[in-house]
Amino acid sequence: MAFDYEYYLRQDKMPHIWCPGCGLGVMLKSMLRAVHGMGWKKDDVVVVSGIGCTGRIPGYVDFNTLHTTHGRALTFAIGIKMVKPHLNVIVVGGDGDMLAIGGNHFIHAARRNVDITAIVYNNEIYGMTGGQVSPTTPHGWRTTTTPYGNLEPRMDIVEIAMGAGATFVARSTVYHTGQLEDYIKKAFEHKGFSVVEVLGHCHTGLGRRNKRPSAVQNFQWEKTVAIPLKAMEKLPPEKREGKIPMGIFRDDKEKVEYTEIYKELMKKAAG
Amino acid sequence: MSKKSDLKFMSGNEACAEGALYAGLTFFAGYPITPSSEIAEYLSAQLPKRGGVFIQMEDEIASMGAVIGASLTGAKSMTATSGPGFSLKQEHIGFACIAEVPCVVVNVQRGGPSTGFPTGPSQSDVMQARWGTHGDHPVIAVSPTTVEECFTEVVRAFNLAEKYRNPVIFLMDEIIGHMREKVRIPEPGELEILSRPRPTVPPEKYKPYDESFGDIPPMAAYGEGYRFHVTGLNHDETGFPTNNGKIIQRTEERLLRKIEANKEDIIKVVDMYADDSPEVVVITFGATVRSARAAVRTLRDTGVKAALLALYTVWPFPETQVREVTEKAKLVVVPELNLGQLIYEVERCASADAKVVGVNKINTEPITPVEIINKVKEEL
Repeated sequence: MAFDYEYYLRQDKMPHIWCPGCGLGVMLKSMLRAVHGMGWKKDDVVVVSGIGCTGRIPGYVDFNTLHTTHGRALTFAIGIKMVKPHLNVIVVGGDGDMLAIGGNHFIHAARRNVDITAIVYNNEIYGMTGGQVSPTTPHGWRTTTTPYGNLEPRMDIVEIAMGAGATFVARSTVYHTGQLEDYIKKAFEHKGFSVVEVLGHCHTGLGRRNKRPSAVQNFQWEKTVAIPLKAMEKLPPEKREGKIPMGIFRDDKEKVEYTEIYKELMKKAAG
Repeated sequence: MSKKSDLKFMSGNEACAEGALYAGLTFFAGYPITPSSEIAEYLSAQLPKRGGVFIQMEDEIASMGAVIGASLTGAKSMTATSGPGFSLKQEHIGFACIAEVPCVVVNVQRGGPSTGFPTGPSQSDVMQARWGTHGDHPVIAVSPTTVEECFTEVVRAFNLAEKYRNPVIFLMDEIIGHMREKVRIPEPGELEILSRPRPTVPPEKYKPYDESFGDIPPMAAYGEGYRFHVTGLNHDETGFPTNNGKIIQRTEERLLRKIEANKEDIIKVVDMYADDSPEVVVITFGATVRSARAAVRTLRDTGVKAALLALYTVWPFPETQVREVTEKAKLVVVPELNLGQLIYEVERCASADAKVVGVNKINTEPITPVEIINKVKEEL
């Protein structure tokens, strides 16, 4: 039977604002299937976002929803989770939102290991504001604020999450929808701070200035650029060039989750 | 009669923290900054014991975000900071204003601008408290003058935040924050404790900004079955973004009106000798009230018909109270630990026949009674 997306969507808020061919719809559907797979009640799910195209997801989904300020969604989410740890808190954001203006919050949320899932849509650009360079834009690429090409190196979201101490880290793409759903569900199942980077695209904001103007070209790119982690390890260094590994990079079940630690502290402090 | 055990010798920062707990605080997020850090330190020990959450966040912005998230989940929430941190919190104070999220933001003022003078007293955030965040927005700011009032007034700050679904700035200063005085801890139930209006309709009929309930719509919490949406964008009464200019204007006017129309309830002033047709009126707030009290008494001893108006609510500005007390005055003196901020409001509202002068100081020392007295003598 076909999946009933409508059960989870606020249908009166459709149509959404995203461009035809955007990968965000693919990501959202994968996320909803994963939520369904968890068997969570809608009343027990909170979806929090910052600003940007990805930031509009909460408005479309029939959960407890919060559309916060640019980059700061994780801080609100921590407040929610600490007050009601039984709620399932999902934070969605783009690369600019989560890694540039929200970079500090991302690092510290990962370090604390609060049981929140961060789903990061990486389209390598600021889409909503019209295609300005972001921390994950490839070096040399043209954007509306790098008309001569991007001077800066790109940031690796997985590496940042790993370095900061996130206890579940995965990367998939909007082409690999089955795998994406699986990773998001595994992230939900994980007790601790989990990060799923979703490699996507913005063909209108970035692709059309960099010889990848159509949605199909971009899905093709996602299909070929992302290499399973194990396959990547077997590739000789010269063939790894330009490829992006996908897979589960970390699944650490040892590190104790923050709300659990806090519960222990409350018992201890109360004597 | 108070029992001996109710009496505590504590600092203003500690009294503020203890008062917040009395008001029902269950969530505090903060970031260290002088001269407010003792509030966080005190609550880090107390909240886990009393079933609440304390968390030190990675910065001031994050603390304010966590406070809003917690409040939306039903917790009475607070953060504490000082000038530079208060600047950082402004982004989310605006969010709390537009999304109508109750919370208390303590600002133990210090010298500025920028890093300024961290350990010195100041009252230089009068205007930041009013206009710190961008856009038109409603503001309540409450200011204590003694350590005991740090307790009682922060309870009032929480009550106002909850009642009006608005952030309340608790405008302390370094003098009161670090001073130690006797505090009588009220019995449970002795001070009135208010909580936000709660929805009475079933979830399918709930709208987070339902204007049919008046200017202050009932507020559900996350995880209670209401599944509402909150955004910092202009929104309609369902909470979802709107591009409808009429709704945007109407909603923002309601936000301002819920404070403006309830000024009588929100504003608190305490006067001395105001009903004696004073010719000299001293108007101030916070720690400077202490020096002003002494100055007014001394002036009266020397035959000057002086009065004091102490502003416990700084915002909304007590316009009527200032107008009335200055009606017969020749001279209005506004001592404040800055180079002239409150005086703009006093000038706007005071009797046109009165000369309004400031006593201003930013040399890291408090304003003394003698300085106020000398100013009066110089002007009379």
